[in-house]
Amino acid sequence: MAVLITTPSPSLSPPASSVGVVGWLKQNLFSSPVNSIFTLAGLYLLYSVLPPLISWAFFQADWVGTTKEACTSNGACWVFVGVRLNQFIFGFYPQSEYWRVVLAFSMFAGLIGWLLIDRTPKKGLVGAFTVFCYPIIAYYLFYGGAFGLPVVETYKWGGLMLTLILASTGMFFSFPIGIILALGRRSSMPIAKLISVIFIEFWRGIPLITVLFMSSVMLPMFIPENMQIDKLLRAIIGIILFQSAYMAEIVRGGLQAIPRGQLEAAEALGLSYWKSMGFIILPQALKLVIPGIVNTFIGLFKDTTLVLIIGLFDLLAVVQAAFADPKWLGFSVEGYVFVASVYWVSCFSMSRYSQHLEKKLHTGHAR
Amino acid sequence: MTATETEQNVSTDVMVELRNVNKWYGDFHVLKNINLKVSKGERIIICGPSGCGKSTLIRCMNRLEEHQEGDIIVSGITLDDDLKHIDTVRRDIGMVFQQFNLFPHLTVMENCCLAPIWVQKKPRKEAEAIAMKYLERVQIADQADKFPGQLSGGQQQRVAIARSLCMNPSIMLFDEPTSALDPEMIKEVLDVMVDLAREGMTMLCVTHEMGFAKTVANRVLFMDAGEIIEENEPNEFFDNPQSDRTKLFLSQIL
Repeated sequence: MAVLITTPSPSLSPPASSVGVVGWLKQNLFSSPVNSIFTLAGLYLLYSVLPPLISWAFFQADWVGTTKEACTSNGACWVFVGVRLNQFIFGFYPQSEYWRVVLAFSMFAGLIGWLLIDRTPKKGLVGAFTVFCYPIIAYYLFYGGAFGLPVVETYKWGGLMLTLILASTGMFFSFPIGIILALGRRSSMPIAKLISVIFIEFWRGIPLITVLFMSSVMLPMFIPENMQIDKLLRAIIGIILFQSAYMAEIVRGGLQAIPRGQLEAAEALGLSYWKSMGFIILPQALKLVIPGIVNTFIGLFKDTTLVLIIGLFDLLAVVQAAFADPKWLGFSVEGYVFVASVYWVSCFSMSRYSQHLEKKLHTGHAR
Repeated sequence: MTATETEQNVSTDVMVELRNVNKWYGDFHVLKNINLKVSKGERIIICGPSGCGKSTLIRCMNRLEEHQEGDIIVSGITLDDDLKHIDTVRRDIGMVFQQFNLFPHLTVMENCCLAPIWVQKKPRKEAEAIAMKYLERVQIADQADKFPGQLSGGQQQRVAIARSLCMNPSIMLFDEPTSALDPEMIKEVLDVMVDLAREGMTMLCVTHEMGFAKTVANRVLFMDAGEIIEENEPNEFFDNPQSDRTKLFLSQIL
């Protein structure tokens, strides 16, 4: 029999069991007997782990005091972290100059906040200031030697401050170098391609620890006494070169995912190679690989702890050094939990921001 | 009309000229000894079976593909390795692709303004005014602030045409502009192209839309295996094809 519908059927709402809290629970936690068992087992595990942990870290913890004797309860002794906090943050930076570090990081936080938060005006100007002026200001604030600021040698830098400096300079430089290397590797010019491939494969082929050892132990042997480069600077350069190789491969992945037609359309419109890359290909490619870029950034942030093997005191190294203080023996758990929390909060923030960025830059899939 | 007659009719304002053009992909001889003259205001349809080299032919004209032998002269400029020549030619030739190739991260307006601002160095205001003019012409001005991903295929292709027109080209290349479209959207794109043809734009169009060919073309080229094997004015071409391969092809698509 032929079918004929003269009026369109109305759209109905979905059945109640598939929406709302009950629907969600049923679909996600209790969809099958096995799933239900896992759900219950998981809940039991959380129940047996979380309450004692929270009680140790918060309710039974000691928060105030100046000596070990203040820690009388069974919980965590945060007094240890509190007393040492300045050293954990600033390393051996002279106390009278702390304000310089605070100022530099406040400026950094302000600028980054300005750039990351939507709907702030003059992003271009602020971005240019952050890229071109801020590094110079930060250098003089941290190191001194100008504008009447006394010099603070880099061996006095340490703690969270050193970690942030290593991580942010590493990200700041490895990102553009990585992009150039990725473009070089996909270039049709044989020499640019060869140099990029050799660079990337060399730095990706050796462990970061080796790079740091080379920079701190081997390199000084080959350089004359009077031309020695600062140890921290050598470590930073090592980290940058190492990470830019990784960055290059991530960006290359993004470049390869862009359909050839995009470049052809740009070329057909008369855009030059650099304009095609800058306006058309890179914005799309980088957007695609935000997860990979942030992944590398997070990896870099945590890898900075490796500098402790060449005698630089980053956050982890400073905290570990504090364990050896005879007045504060036996508080390594608190120390490690503190370090872990700092790293976790930083890395989790990066992860969340990248998800926000992906959503913001999403403009619909169809090409 | 034969190829030699066409050449005699045109002398001064030749827009595109191909002389003994040969091209290979590796060992595969994709264009064989192509000779072609396109004079100002001509609308040429290129058709032929899949893989016959018709897309390659028009893609050589703005150097998206490199030819190995012969000369391609566009608006008096010979296409060679000189990047300046290539740039000049590309500014004068607009191209519309089968897959639209709009820039998905830019709005419709930004798609249209990008090249006028960064290639022709026009002020943003002026570029936007020009873009608006062409978007109105392809009847899509109300979508100017949307992203390509939010438009239908037909709308995207019309934007792509407007984007090319914003550079004020004197030649337009169309590479199967309606092949990726749903059937109900083909007409809106063809209407725009017919409009363009009426205004005297020099057009080279790879297409199988025979109705369109009959309406606007003044020459139809039939290619097979890298050669132009038949060339005629449209009615003659469709009603009275000469070669067996043309007859076979027409019987398959009509």
